[in-house]
Amino acid sequence: MRNALVLYFQYVGVSIRGQLQYRASFVMQSIGEFWAHVTEFIAIWALFHRFGSIGGWSLPEVALLYGLVNTQWAITDMIGRGFDAFDTMVKSGDFDRVLLRPRATTLQLAGLEFTLRRLGRLAQGLAILVWALVALNILWTPGKVALFVLAVAGGVCLFYGLLVVQATLCFWTVESLEIMNVFTYGGLETARYPVSIYRPNFRRFFTAVVPLACVTYFPALALLGRADPLGSTLVFQYAAPLAGLIFLLVSLQVWKFGVRHYQSTGS
Amino acid sequence: MRPYWAMLSARFRTLLQYRAAALAGFGTQLFFGVVIVMTYQAFYSANTTPQPMSLEHVVSYIWLGQALFALMPWAPDADIRLLIRTGGVAYELLRPVNVYWLWFSRALARRTAPTVLRSIPMFITAMLLLGLQPPASLASGLAWGMATVCAVLLASAIATIFGIGMIWTISGEGLHRLVSPLVMLLSGMLIPLPLMPAWSQTFLRVLPFRGLADIPFRLYLGDIPPSSVGPMLLHQLTWVALLALFGHWLLSRAMRRLVVQGG
Repeated sequence: MRNALVLYFQYVGVSIRGQLQYRASFVMQSIGEFWAHVTEFIAIWALFHRFGSIGGWSLPEVALLYGLVNTQWAITDMIGRGFDAFDTMVKSGDFDRVLLRPRATTLQLAGLEFTLRRLGRLAQGLAILVWALVALNILWTPGKVALFVLAVAGGVCLFYGLLVVQATLCFWTVESLEIMNVFTYGGLETARYPVSIYRPNFRRFFTAVVPLACVTYFPALALLGRADPLGSTLVFQYAAPLAGLIFLLVSLQVWKFGVRHYQSTGS
Repeated sequence: MRPYWAMLSARFRTLLQYRAAALAGFGTQLFFGVVIVMTYQAFYSANTTPQPMSLEHVVSYIWLGQALFALMPWAPDADIRLLIRTGGVAYELLRPVNVYWLWFSRALARRTAPTVLRSIPMFITAMLLLGLQPPASLASGLAWGMATVCAVLLASAIATIFGIGMIWTISGEGLHRLVSPLVMLLSGMLIPLPLMPAWSQTFLRVLPFRGLADIPFRLYLGDIPPSSVGPMLLHQLTWVALLALFGHWLLSRAMRRLVVQGG
């Protein structure tokens, strides 16, 4: 295990050094990613400017959700490139080489690339998050701090799990399925507002199947000390982020099953 | 005119082959549309102050945006990016045609073919099931059709500028990464422009970007009466002309310092 971690950080180090060879490109891309999501938040701001609130949530409260889910996704996107771009590896047959090495396939893919340019997006998510936390005056207790960390970690696990499932599907389809974007990018779009505003079936899907609400909406309720119109208890709100971890563990099992069914394209 | 038309129709027919991508795009767009519509319903439900646009109109506006999503100038065309990277741009320069209009034709095909594939199922689904209203009247429908043609020209002019900008940066990052998020915000694709703050309306009205989405959509809804279609088309076409001039100038500047990548 320790050995695996050392190897992982070596992979990361190589990847970072490689990307820093193109410094100007890295800076430009980071700024680009930052800016793209700034305009997105301007649009949200404009809607609050006009309507005041959504489902009883104010702009800083929604910004907490927005910052949380964008931070989670940006971190995942930074460390999950190997799974996200897995279709190219299946198509080119490079996955055969991965299988030949005496290391776990998941470790090798996780270490394939540490995508530095996503720092731009991470910075945007964190900036909104910090603004929200300052504007909200949350009374921090050790429990709330722990919940916050757990929520971020749970969200990263959940999104990572989605990328693993997306990669696993490539074993059968070869081509990456764009429809998985519905869960990742669509999930980002969904989780930026409180799930209580959505229709029941839609809400249930993002709570029970892809438990995005468990790593954003429910912990946010506990942090804000809001009563839940859906009737969840405080204990549930604190435990909910664990659903992200469970999702990742299940996805890794699905991945193992997929690897056993891998047939090389032979190219 | 003929070579440009040939380029347009050849690219158009090639791009029509990507039906699986169009289907996936349709599924994604449908999902996003459903989520966005639910958020507007939530915004409107708790708010009693009169808004510049009714919820029914906003819903239709959103679905028009989802249907015509592929029309937007997101990024330079992948084939121009490849031409510049591989040095293939040298062949483009050898052709006895105007490179600007050649690239414009490519951009035009890149906008229209995927839009045709994606928008038809989206129109049918959204109209039958999801609250997209038909055009306010026959005249509104006709005005929308004309404004959409101009929107395609406008989008192609912007995409062509992005393509030319790549001559400077090769990797294809840069100009479009900074400009296209702004295009989305100012065109009405992110939120309907009438819902933007009142003080911003003056700027939005002058800028070219509303010609991409806001003008055609509101003509469709009758929110802009069909009688004022003239000034709207004039606004769009003036900007097409200005951007085409700018594109020509930018291309001539780029050519002066062009280094063809060998290989």
